[in-house]
Amino acid sequence: MMRFLLLFSRQGKLRLQKWFITVTEREKKKMIRDMTLMVLARPPRSCNFLHWRDLKIVYKRYASLYFCCGLEEHDNELLTLEILHRYVELLDKYFGNVCELDIIFNFEKAYFILDEFLMGGEILETSKTAVGTAMEEAATLQETMEEYMSKPTF
Amino acid sequence: MSPSVRLQEMIRVIRGARTQGEERGVIQRECAAIRAQFRQADNGTRSHNLAKLLYVHMLGYPAHFGQMECVRLIASPRYNEKRVGYLGAMMLLDEKQDASLLITNSIKNDLSHNSQYVQSLALCTLACMGSAEMCRDLAPEIDRLLRASNSYIKKKAALCAVHIVRKVPDLGELFTPAARSLLCEKNHGVLHGAVVLITELCERNPDTLEQFRKVVPELVQIMKGLVMSGYSPEHNVAGISDPFLQVRILRLLRILGRNNDTASDAMNDLLAQVATNTDSSKTAGSAVLYETVLTVMDIKSESGLRVLAVNILGRFLLNNDRNIRYISMTSLQKIVQTDHNAVQRHRGTIVDCLKDQDASVKRRALELSLALVSAVNIRSLMKELLLFLSSCPPELRAHTTSGIFNAAERYAPSQRWHIDTILHVLTTAGGDVRDETVPNLIQLITTATELHCYTVHKLYRALITDISVQSLVQVACWCIGEYGDLLLRGECEETEPVQVTEDDVLDALETVLQSHMSSPATRGFALTATMKLSTRITHNVDRIRSIVSIYGSCIDVELQQRAVEYNALFKKYDHMRYRGSVCGAPSPSLEVCDLLDLLGGSGEPVPSSGLSHTVPGPATSTSGGDLLDLLGGLDAVERGSVKVYEKNGVTLKLQTDSQTDTGMTITLTATNSTDGDITSLTLQAAVPKSVQLQMKAPSGDVIPARGLGLVTQTVLLNNPNKVSLKMRVRVCYSSQGAVCQDTVQIDSFPSPAW
Repeated sequence: MMRFLLLFSRQGKLRLQKWFITVTEREKKKMIRDMTLMVLARPPRSCNFLHWRDLKIVYKRYASLYFCCGLEEHDNELLTLEILHRYVELLDKYFGNVCELDIIFNFEKAYFILDEFLMGGEILETSKTAVGTAMEEAATLQETMEEYMSKPTF
Repeated sequence: MSPSVRLQEMIRVIRGARTQGEERGVIQRECAAIRAQFRQADNGTRSHNLAKLLYVHMLGYPAHFGQMECVRLIASPRYNEKRVGYLGAMMLLDEKQDASLLITNSIKNDLSHNSQYVQSLALCTLACMGSAEMCRDLAPEIDRLLRASNSYIKKKAALCAVHIVRKVPDLGELFTPAARSLLCEKNHGVLHGAVVLITELCERNPDTLEQFRKVVPELVQIMKGLVMSGYSPEHNVAGISDPFLQVRILRLLRILGRNNDTASDAMNDLLAQVATNTDSSKTAGSAVLYETVLTVMDIKSESGLRVLAVNILGRFLLNNDRNIRYISMTSLQKIVQTDHNAVQRHRGTIVDCLKDQDASVKRRALELSLALVSAVNIRSLMKELLLFLSSCPPELRAHTTSGIFNAAERYAPSQRWHIDTILHVLTTAGGDVRDETVPNLIQLITTATELHCYTVHKLYRALITDISVQSLVQVACWCIGEYGDLLLRGECEETEPVQVTEDDVLDALETVLQSHMSSPATRGFALTATMKLSTRITHNVDRIRSIVSIYGSCIDVELQQRAVEYNALFKKYDHMRYRGSVCGAPSPSLEVCDLLDLLGGSGEPVPSSGLSHTVPGPATSTSGGDLLDLLGGLDAVERGSVKVYEKNGVTLKLQTDSQTDTGMTITLTATNSTDGDITSLTLQAAVPKSVQLQMKAPSGDVIPARGLGLVTQTVLLNNPNKVSLKMRVRVCYSSQGAVCQDTVQIDSFPSPAW
């Protein structure tokens, strides 16, 4: 299973973090720092796979964002590159020519899309179109302000 | 006003902050506002406030006060609020937080909600942060959803079940029937979830594994369908139909076929088909091929299939894509023990990868090359490894040197080759070798008796070229000291003869002694070598005498001690010098042992196995007693005690009471030669990180005047990592009304007092 997925910019600013394991805040911060340092230090056109503690780290750079995830022993690294690519495609389809700013200002939507694609560190949906469809349908459930205020609180 | 704009507005403001301080200020204000809003009555902005808080959390600021708000929002009937509430729960709550238990009930209710999107929120959150307790509580619900719902929910329930099984393995039995029936689904998402769930169940329970072996034919069918199917726009990735599902099925087949002939047979054809037909020009295809190879190598496959698999890995090695080369080497590493010959065939390509620019690829190639070393290929492979060593990245050097030494030890075709190899490594990367290299090499040289002449010539040449590599210089000095006569004789069978005069040799040793690059240990070696030469040379004994006496006043306490003792040999015990020195090779590990051998000789040669003795500590052999007698007249250096501080009439002496491999006990003694008492004396000490320090209570804090009394304090040092011991001592005291404070650094400790 994937243990975590991180998105960070070339300056090391975190844009998204998804943890599929239970770790303390302190440990999370340390891992983020380690990942950022390790990945940003890599020269361009190097191998996308690293080793860190007992995990395999797979990272890929898309424009100004680094997508970095930690895998366990039995996970397929090449497939993980495809997973990262699929996630970028999903974001691109949703936002239309996605860029880093989209993810910064609409981070909650990036999470919603991720939650339709991965769950518990495993792939949830392999179809290219299903995730987009689910997002659209969920959006119709989002209430307008009037509907919102007319519903009881609890 | 669309509330979402408020969130984006806040993000804009935060990003606009020019300094870290400004950003902190903005965030503090926002957090205060959010906290106030949380306390207020419902005003339609709850979800947006929580979203703001989640953004702030991602920047690294504390957000725990939002946990209860998550709980409240999850319980709300409004979808907006639920959605953000669940997102918040996944980000702020984990199973260790108390608040997480409070959402169990909400999750339970939402699992039966009539909207599948609300159900999905609950499932997602449970799979993300559900504790063992929550999992146990809700497992029956999940099982129900696995059986009777639409495919959208089924696929989520399947992965939720995976999480539950990971947290509470016993519940695996609950999900087994449902998992089995899910394999009949057509929806890829559900199928994928089912395969993952079955994999998890089989990995944890051997009985379940036994059960699921029966579905191998079904899995083979599904896989065949994927491989042979036409183009499906929904699932196609670079010509491969749903590579994600294919890879998971292959992984499950691997687990089911392991150690089982029947199951392995059933999947043989399929694996051969996938291996031959998959287009690996893009990553997706390579990923499938990679998983296939791993499966073939792990199950009981026919030999033809195994050869096919190794050949695929060989092809991967030649791929332009670095990732594929890396993957190939990782896989080859896994099978190098079992299929050694097959991997040997690709040795050439692997060795070529040592020259790759990429550090990850280099590391893999190094590991694999070291695993491929055998008696047959040792010479050619070592050439490549030595070449690699000269240009390898610094983080790999230590690993490379130790790998080379291990390989050389196991497969050295001749002693001369072995010595040459070690010398080559020391010259190239002497700074990155293990500490035991020096004594090991010395032992090797000693046993290769026919090569003494060759070795000493070679080492002498290395020494006069470069004295910066400490390990090399130490061995060279030792060798010259030991076999200096062979060096001076000039002729040597194995290498070109070169005329070396006594002066040349002494020049070389003196250069080492005087160079600022030489470490104290190295100097010790050089001084001892110089001393030993006094019995092997004839003309320059006086020069040696003068060198030795110079070092009698050296600042370094170790050298001073040695020099003084050697000097004593010259003066008082000249007759012993010959006997002692001729008596074989002292161990280079500790100078005390040196002295014992040098001076306590009984006329019989000390066997070379004495090299590996660690010094047992003071006076365990009778020669220790001899030593005391012989050197009883020496008062040039007060044995074991050294002055570390002397100022304003206050003197601080350090004495080693006892010393072991991993620690020592020392006593600090303070005396006062002024006319007035020294008061409020405090001693503080600092040591390197891995060393533990314990200061016992001092005997007092007043030093009487005019040397009439003293203050002592014992310090215990524990050095488990055997780092070089250094200590910094701060001395504070009041003298004649003025407060004085000084710091002294102690770099070397005297030998224990006998």
